[in-house]
Amino acid sequence: MKDIAQLVGEHPFFQGLDPSFCQLVCGCARNVRFEPGEYLFHEGGDADQLYLIRHGRVALEIAVPGKWSLSFQTLQDGDLVGVSWAVPPYHWAYDARAIELTRAIAVDARCLRQKCDADPALGYEVLQRLLPILISRLQATRLQILDVYGDRDQ
Amino acid sequence: MPPPDFMMPMPVKVMQRRQELATTWTLDVETGPDELAAFTPGQFNMLYVFGVGEIPVSFSGDPAGRDRHCFTVRAVGPVSRALTELPIAASLGKRGPYGTGWPLAAAEGADLALIAGGLGLAPLRPVLYHVLRYRQRYGRITLLYGTRSPSDILFRDELDGWRRRQDLEVRVTVDHAGSEWPGQVGVVPALVPTLGFDASNTVAFLCGPEVMMRLTASALLDAGLAPAGIYLSMERNMKCALGHCGHCQFGGVFVCKDGPVLPYPRLRGLLSLQEL
Amino acid sequence: MDDYNDTAVITSEGLQCLIEALLNRSYQVVGPQIRDQAIVYDTLTDIDQLPQGWSDEQDGGHYRLRPRADGAYFGYAVGPHSWKRFLYPPHQSLWQANKDGDRLYFKDERPDPPRFAFLGVRACELNAIAIQDRVFMGDAYSDPDYQARREGTFIVALNCSEAGGTCFCASMACGPEVKTGFDLALTELLNEGPHRFLVESGSPAGLEVMAELPRRNTTRADLQAAWAVVENTRRSMGRTMPDTDIPALLLDNLTHPRWDDVAQRCLSCANCTMVCPTCFCSTVEDSSDLAGTTAERHRRWDSCFTADFSYLHGGSVRQSTRSRYRQWMTHKLATWVEQFGSSGCVGCGRCITWCPVGIDLTEEVRAIHDTSPKGKGEAR
Repeated sequence: MKDIAQLVGEHPFFQGLDPSFCQLVCGCARNVRFEPGEYLFHEGGDADQLYLIRHGRVALEIAVPGKWSLSFQTLQDGDLVGVSWAVPPYHWAYDARAIELTRAIAVDARCLRQKCDADPALGYEVLQRLLPILISRLQATRLQILDVYGDRDQ
Repeated sequence: MPPPDFMMPMPVKVMQRRQELATTWTLDVETGPDELAAFTPGQFNMLYVFGVGEIPVSFSGDPAGRDRHCFTVRAVGPVSRALTELPIAASLGKRGPYGTGWPLAAAEGADLALIAGGLGLAPLRPVLYHVLRYRQRYGRITLLYGTRSPSDILFRDELDGWRRRQDLEVRVTVDHAGSEWPGQVGVVPALVPTLGFDASNTVAFLCGPEVMMRLTASALLDAGLAPAGIYLSMERNMKCALGHCGHCQFGGVFVCKDGPVLPYPRLRGLLSLQEL
Repeated sequence: MDDYNDTAVITSEGLQCLIEALLNRSYQVVGPQIRDQAIVYDTLTDIDQLPQGWSDEQDGGHYRLRPRADGAYFGYAVGPHSWKRFLYPPHQSLWQANKDGDRLYFKDERPDPPRFAFLGVRACELNAIAIQDRVFMGDAYSDPDYQARREGTFIVALNCSEAGGTCFCASMACGPEVKTGFDLALTELLNEGPHRFLVESGSPAGLEVMAELPRRNTTRADLQAAWAVVENTRRSMGRTMPDTDIPALLLDNLTHPRWDDVAQRCLSCANCTMVCPTCFCSTVEDSSDLAGTTAERHRRWDSCFTADFSYLHGGSVRQSTRSRYRQWMTHKLATWVEQFGSSGCVGCGRCITWCPVGIDLTEEVRAIHDTSPKGKGEAR
């Protein structure tokens, strides 16, 4: 079985990371699994973990009163779940629910933040990997707001 | 002999009608004379409803079929609404086929990325029939289909059938979904980088809302596809479909006769201009 | 020289004979005449109906008739009408649909096209007709009614003896001299001799008609006088189009601030497109009777300046006046070239004269040219 260092190093989010940095990250990481329907986290909760999906599918959802939860994005193999751990006050902004059996690497966010603060070079590496994900989610949100497939009249 | 009057429709009957979605129906109509039965996937017809008006509608059926034409119509305006309300055996006016089709012959030997958004799956469906019939002529074939929500997925049964095939990769995604949806949620352009296209040997056919096509074309270019290998099916107001009425102009392009299927280089520089 | 090419000189009586010869051949003769204080084109049977002794004064948003002392028949520039209204009528019934139960029948509603003889077609207008020929008969989708009207038309062209205040055909290489595309061409001669017309035939049909006219042979002096008329007109153009690569200029400047500037003045009234001899856009209208058994389809001129011209389920693509003016001008002067192989402008000046606020497309092109980051200094 692969050890955690191998798994972290192979995950697209940390791929190519300097081995010494990788070692620092691994010190905060552990293997987790979620059954279908199990929540990774809930809106408003402390964002004290980030999850790197190895296999599976996770839906990001917002609960709408009187309706079912609305899923606005699904994430799968190779994706990062959760970004709120990077910005104070570190609270989740939505629910994350496994819709398939999902195996992931959970990284202790407090631990990672401390290491990033201690070594800004690592912090910069992490932010450089986080930023493209934020931008692509922002662009996707823009397209969703346009509701391009909807009837323009309605 | 006087020249033919291309503005004159031909009466044809509705043979069958199927509800696809809440406001979307597929009509099977008679082809009319044999010489008008053949069409190239991507082409369209002008359909006239008695006393109401006429609109362009793309062929959505099998190009090898000779006994009927399929048109998939969403009720968004008076004519499209009237079309979706036509009962079996009712007559409508039809003229065409018009416009350019998808470059199916030129794409032989290449991988195909068929990327549809919303009702844009309808004009690509004849492509699927064609390439699956002549499967060995093409490399890897991917269908990426995005729509608004799970209840807006067009041709759902057929998609399920295609998904089961080993020789076709089908990805369906929606903009948003309820928690019962087991599939993918996300916008089409965001999925392009995840499909692992062989950029040097992939031809992409895009059909959907213009914004979706524009952003998807950008994502394909970012993925390394050649601009000349990307084709878009454009939509504009049309009154004649002959290049005479002027309504469908998009820059110097007459969408009706130079299009609707156009190579990206012809559209580059125009797509991002507002109110063109 | 083609074997149907001949020249002769006729008097105003000869002009009347020309009209009669055309009437005898069952042509509807259409020519200039005064109506509503403007010179328009309509059917006529007698030279007395021509605007003899009248000229016009034209400028941006300005048109006035004024008398002239020399008794010229064609001593004016072009008016608000162009020949397109006869070749491609402003309103036309296309077909009728009849419903009988589930059955539908379509019936051609276009009447047999009239055979026109146009009298006094100027060089710019001949060019405009040639341009519309490419639009309506240039490919497999020929418009049968246009084609029939066009093929049945006898054209008596006219070398311009007067450039209007908004004329710029010389800088569009569309005049003032008629070169091709006519059956007969007239040059009205008022100097160096009595009032007369030089006639030139440009087709076998023209030659045949010409043979019936009371005529005398052409002298060197007649030819020189005719040449002088055209040269004088060429030198007195009221406007000039900048001498530059206009398609490239406009297409490189689709976001130029000048479009905002012109949008402040433009009323989006569509006058320019109605008077333009090459603007060809149309729309269709459907109507049905109260019993629901008969429906008709009509075609009428449309304009890219209207809001619903670019309507696409839910909204217009071109919402602003800025975008509509840009569409009109870039189509006319730039994309037309890629579509039909020539500019869509012949320099007749109608759009300038009949613009209620006097927008001048030559001035707009010059403004973009002179302030374009890609322009090269002053336009000539």
